Amino acid sequence: MEKETYKKENDGEVYAIECKGITKVFGSVVANDNIDLSVKYGEILALLGENGSGKTTLMNMLSGIYHPDSGSISISGKPAAINSPSDAIALGIGMIHQHFKLVEAFSAVDNIIAGTPGKLKKRSVIRSEIAAISQKLGLDVDPDKKIYNMSVSEKQTVEILKVLYRGAKILILDEPTAVLTPQETEKLFDMLRRMRDDGCAIIIITHKLNEVLAISDRVTVLRKGQSAATVLTAESDEKKLTELMVGKKVDLSIERPEPVSPEPLLNVYHLSVDKPDGSLALDDITFDIYSGEILGVAGVAGSGQKELCETIAGLNGIRSGAVLYKKENIIGKSAREIIDLGISMSFVPEDRLGMGLVASMGMTGNMMLKSYGKSKGPFVDKAPAKELSEKLIKKLDIKTPSAETPVRMLSGGNVQKVLLGREIESAPNLLITAYPVRGLDINSAYTVYDLLNEQKKKGVAVLFIGEDLDVLLELADKIMVLCHGKITGIVDARKVTKEQIGLMMTGSSAEEVLGNG
Amino acid sequence: MDMFINFLVAAVLAGTPLLFGTVGEIINEKAGHLNLGVEGMMAIGACAGFMAGYRSDSLIIAVIAAFLAGAAGALIYALLTVTFMADQNVTGLTLTIFGCGISNFIGEYNIARSETGNLKLPEHITSQIRNLNIPGLSDIPVVGKLLFSYNIFVYFGVVIAIIVFIYLNKTKSGLNLRTIGENPAAADAVGIHVARNKYISLLIGGGICGIGGAYCSMIICGGVWMSDSVNGLGWISVALVIFAAWSPLKAIGGSLVFGAFSVLKYYMPKSVITLPNAFYDMLPFLITALILVITSVRKNKGRAQPASCGINYFREER
Repeated sequence: MEKETYKKENDGEVYAIECKGITKVFGSVVANDNIDLSVKYGEILALLGENGSGKTTLMNMLSGIYHPDSGSISISGKPAAINSPSDAIALGIGMIHQHFKLVEAFSAVDNIIAGTPGKLKKRSVIRSEIAAISQKLGLDVDPDKKIYNMSVSEKQTVEILKVLYRGAKILILDEPTAVLTPQETEKLFDMLRRMRDDGCAIIIITHKLNEVLAISDRVTVLRKGQSAATVLTAESDEKKLTELMVGKKVDLSIERPEPVSPEPLLNVYHLSVDKPDGSLALDDITFDIYSGEILGVAGVAGSGQKELCETIAGLNGIRSGAVLYKKENIIGKSAREIIDLGISMSFVPEDRLGMGLVASMGMTGNMMLKSYGKSKGPFVDKAPAKELSEKLIKKLDIKTPSAETPVRMLSGGNVQKVLLGREIESAPNLLITAYPVRGLDINSAYTVYDLLNEQKKKGVAVLFIGEDLDVLLELADKIMVLCHGKITGIVDARKVTKEQIGLMMTGSSAEEVLGNG
Repeated sequence: MDMFINFLVAAVLAGTPLLFGTVGEIINEKAGHLNLGVEGMMAIGACAGFMAGYRSDSLIIAVIAAFLAGAAGALIYALLTVTFMADQNVTGLTLTIFGCGISNFIGEYNIARSETGNLKLPEHITSQIRNLNIPGLSDIPVVGKLLFSYNIFVYFGVVIAIIVFIYLNKTKSGLNLRTIGENPAAADAVGIHVARNKYISLLIGGGICGIGGAYCSMIICGGVWMSDSVNGLGWISVALVIFAAWSPLKAIGGSLVFGAFSVLKYYMPKSVITLPNAFYDMLPFLITALILVITSVRKNKGRAQPASCGINYFREER
């Protein structure tokens, strides 16, 4: 009875997907708790939520990777049991995973046809079928190109072609824009709009609010594994969505306390560093970092940020110059000696787990990576590390079943908290952090900003490599702009505009920019 | 000249068990399983093939028995690694130890029960596995000896290699199998049944290895049962897979090369160079090490080990 009235409210229209009361439990963590979700054909639904709110889990159940513990899923109005990915494909559901499911060694064609039923068709037939789909939706990809030669954007196009070739009418995209440049994102959105106009039902998972507003027709917000609300995009804005996502009013401004008695802590003096190919990664750069200050570093990716971090942390050789820490040259010291001096690095690479944490170890093990040298005798003492892990879990609100759960099982935001938390607990004097909020939702990002400010108040010098200029302008005290390994200017973050930083990132000197501005 | 032709013929004969082992292991690795149990599966096949031939006096039954026994060995491996997610390397090594052990045990047991104190294949089957003599063809000078003078296993091995090549590269189901070996998550996401395909290819690969084992016990040992007849050929096969760049066609040439190495010591004229036998025995492994270095430097993705080889697949793993 209830279902019928529900349908009537929607003008008798049949939903492409209708989920009711979906629950999924992993161990002791409830990933999805009684979630409702629906999407119509010819509609783009954005699924919004913080890290670990259960977005990906829910979508994995629609694509047959996981099986719900309870709840019902209807496809095109009929109840459906999706027990495997082939069931999902048969129902016309195509999932584009965040981490591409492509065979690197194969060409696009082989990736597209693998697993399709029936006999192997002639190459020319397949090629024209792919071309037909491509043309209709304005996709562009060379079918014979090997995946390992493709850019991220091309790989994504192959993934989309792969599901469309199987006749999918319901597309699910899991954080498709996380790896794309703004131009590529715009291209993807054009594609998605064309698919929607073609009658496809599209679910897009993201935590970027501006993208939600740009692409979607409706938004379903998940919070802590439950469905918080479903709203029409046209009737909402960033502030409203944030509140739904976080569950409380959020102040979107970032605090910036004044530095307390700043003193020079680290002097980088005419530093030049080589890239592996022999060209200069850092070209004669000179700057100081003061205690109790956040020095933001802006620059197009690959302008020398990575080399700067690694050099200060003692991971790189240099060509010339010096890095003085409390007037002592640290060039030539080992990474361990530099850590003992109180320089701490929480370098968050693109894949989060690559550098800094061991994915298959639990939090306790990862805590010990930095402290094992301190215990006496040949045996390691696990107790302090365990204690520290428990403390961090409470303090930073890290969502993990236990301190022993391998960190790769945690969601991205929680992984980042583990990493940053460990670095801060070692009570450093200088904290180097690169892209600490990459891939994080708003709430987690603000927790990270708070952590950094807390360190700043303690007199810690912070080197903050960032990519979001708005954040840099609000959080940092000074901003150093790098362009092709050179410093184009070090400016007061309180007195500079985003446009001026942008000009400096492309090579204009601070004098030119500020003189004109 | 005669000496050289004899050398080539001996190389082909010595390379044939390697060809079976290599093709079997290629199928395993294409499914994403680095099976170090080749030696064991060959040993089981050697025993089953010989004993079946000994009792039935039929070559076909012997070959079928060797295939099934090899597949049975592979079934243990598949059960442990695919279903129970056991470590592939450990399981493979264990299979080798088990296979060699049970093969020798059954051999000794049957010798103890026999009246003569040894086991010799009966007359009919011996005649079936003798080197062919095709009137006309085998008599052509040089070519006849080089191409048409081998036992039936040699041709069978080449045919299997070609069939496996066509299967892997020209059929839909071969493409699905390669997808599994490269990226099982990708295969799963497009609805390929990962576990079922892995089982099938592991079993077929194991069966082919088993036939290679039968060659060792029935032909290399001259029709008399001997313990440890496989004697390390399974290990060389694992190395040969790399040498052949995971291509069954290249495995034909590769097994010829490695077969040549293994018989080189008998054919190298003492007047040219005198080296200890141990040096020749070492050669295949030295070459393999060189190949490994070269392939890892070249980093050709098209001719590399399947990307997920050695890693078990669990769908809900993150």
